Amino acid sequence: MNILKFFTAGSVDDGKSTLIGRLLYDTDSILADQLEALQQSNRKNDDGSIDLAILTDGLRAEREQGITIDVAYKYFQTEKRKFIIADTPGHIQYTRNMVTGASTAKLAIILIDSRNGVVEQTIRHSYLVSLLGIEHVVVCLNKMDMVGYSETVYNTIVDQYKKLAADLGLREVTFIPVSALKGDNVVNESENMTWYQGNSLLHFLETVDVEVGPSYNLARMPVQWVVRPQTDELHDYRGYAGRVLSGAFNVNDKVTVLPSGSSSVIARIEIFDQQPQVAYAGQSVTLHLKDNIDISRGDVLVNSDHLPQSSQLIEADLCWMDAKPLDESITYLLQHNSKVTKCKIREIVYKVDINTLEKQDAHDFKLNDIGRVILKTADQLAFDFYTENKANGAAILIDSRTNLTIAALMFRAVAD
Amino acid sequence: MSKYNLDYLDELEAEAIHILREVAGQFEKPALLFSGGKDSITLVRLAEKAFRPGKFPFPLVHIDTGHNFEETITYRDEMIERIGEKLIVGSVQESIDQGKVVEQKGKNASRNSLQTVTLLDTIALHGFDACIGGARRDEEKARAKERIFSVRDEFGQWDPKRQRPELWNIYNGKIHKGENVRVFPISNWTELDVWNYIKREQIALPSIYFAHNRDVITRNGQLMAASPFLNMDAEDVIEHKKVRFRTVGDMSCTAAVESDAYLLDDIISEISASKISERGARMDDKVSEAAMEDRKKGGYF
Repeated sequence: MNILKFFTAGSVDDGKSTLIGRLLYDTDSILADQLEALQQSNRKNDDGSIDLAILTDGLRAEREQGITIDVAYKYFQTEKRKFIIADTPGHIQYTRNMVTGASTAKLAIILIDSRNGVVEQTIRHSYLVSLLGIEHVVVCLNKMDMVGYSETVYNTIVDQYKKLAADLGLREVTFIPVSALKGDNVVNESENMTWYQGNSLLHFLETVDVEVGPSYNLARMPVQWVVRPQTDELHDYRGYAGRVLSGAFNVNDKVTVLPSGSSSVIARIEIFDQQPQVAYAGQSVTLHLKDNIDISRGDVLVNSDHLPQSSQLIEADLCWMDAKPLDESITYLLQHNSKVTKCKIREIVYKVDINTLEKQDAHDFKLNDIGRVILKTADQLAFDFYTENKANGAAILIDSRTNLTIAALMFRAVAD
Repeated sequence: MSKYNLDYLDELEAEAIHILREVAGQFEKPALLFSGGKDSITLVRLAEKAFRPGKFPFPLVHIDTGHNFEETITYRDEMIERIGEKLIVGSVQESIDQGKVVEQKGKNASRNSLQTVTLLDTIALHGFDACIGGARRDEEKARAKERIFSVRDEFGQWDPKRQRPELWNIYNGKIHKGENVRVFPISNWTELDVWNYIKREQIALPSIYFAHNRDVITRNGQLMAASPFLNMDAEDVIEHKKVRFRTVGDMSCTAAVESDAYLLDDIISEISASKISERGARMDDKVSEAAMEDRKKGGYF
């Protein structure tokens, strides 16, 4: 059994919380004591049925205001798969929280209120999905009960969205007409929309192929920690511990250490008491090399035949996440996996109006702004382009005055 | 080679090891908070996988309420002996003796909330800059919102409105002097995942997790172990029942459930079929809808 992490984009008004509540409720994922709390709540739907949206409210302020402020993680499983839902806020002022929830997701559910069709918010959410390179997109046309379960309405919105998806370069898009409130096509297939030939949302989530087909060659492992017991019997033991970001390493593969450029051959792979022949993407391993070379935390081990990009000047998409705006005169810290280096923003190339997708000239970057920049780092970075290898193509910016994480970066090109 | 995908337990394990190694790499003086419960026992196993054959780059810290189940302390001491790592104990009794906290009175008195003061004092005394804990997001709705690297201010407080964005698998552990980070490597595990992992790894547990006979009283609909730490009066009727504990905390706030589960497989089927959440057996969460959120803001785990 494997795990699928997905996130939901939409607002309470679109029925996002109700949809998640419905998924949990109809898969029997809600326990008796939680259900009891739900039934005792004063919040009820107009027809007196329990308001499933309450299930996703976490913080006091969220309950008070009836909105989602921060990402909440929910867990459920069926016989086929385990699911982690990142329930992200939909309002524009919480764009950074959505980016946070989406950054680790493999699938996005975009919610559309079928009474309204594609609106500004849909464009914004879809843009973020394309920016973050989410592999699979499910568009749920919600509130079908309020448009008479109309096939015509469904077709009109699907056509609208397909145009948007083409503009954004979204490839894998699936459309499902649902009513989260009534439960149509969420877990159980709807009897009200016989014209719809597809599956329910849950069926799709259970069966969508999310196996990573990493380009086997893009073997990358940032060194997190050097294991050196320094005991008498393990005097020469020196293991490089880290998590394989992408690709795979085999025993006897030639590897290069970046940024130094020195190389060696993998002598042994350890996973605790096991010694496998191959270390795959996602595994936390300890590698041993044939030669004694200088390697420390922050260095990256890569397959010598398939080197990543290496540069100090990089063109990147940037999502600004701090209340204090971008200041081109400040030296920030850039963290790329386990590597931290100083960084300055050299140039703002453009900013994107995320409601209209227009690129604009810009001289500033404020909270929730997204656009393209050129940055310069103090050390060489060993990275891949985000489109080719997400795991090695992203970084964060830290303001060393406040230590806050202030931006998300996705590497797009080497700058001249 | 074709496509490759990790099994869910392998994926959760690899993620947790990655987080533990980030703690080792990013902090000067980390510590692993060990309660004797199954989640922190799982953390110890994960730390072995992350750092062996080397030593752990951190000591284990136990905040001892003095109201422990004896079985937990026995287990703790045997485990420390086996793994050969350092244990630091912070004592709630000492905090009481020093007048820093006052013992609660009345029928529902518990030392659970007093732990926070002892924890913060222990962190300050040893200068810990990161504390690894076994909290999981599926336990409770405030925990569902907390980051894996959760920054606490000088007073140990969690500010849910000022959480740092946590992007991809990149963890920002930068802090100012006096602050510390609580780190939760098994955030994404569910209760059932922990049990399945314990089974797969054949990890020994304190015996109170398994069905045994015990004197209990019924309090607010929950079965509480009869002990000198529980303020009992004439109304309380002691019964002898076959029970087990689903979570292990302070004796005065952890309720038992009636159970016939003697083996790990029994427990796994019991939990799979259970209709009550794990923290449903924690009196400390019954106080109000925001009980956990409020305690976290005050410095609790």
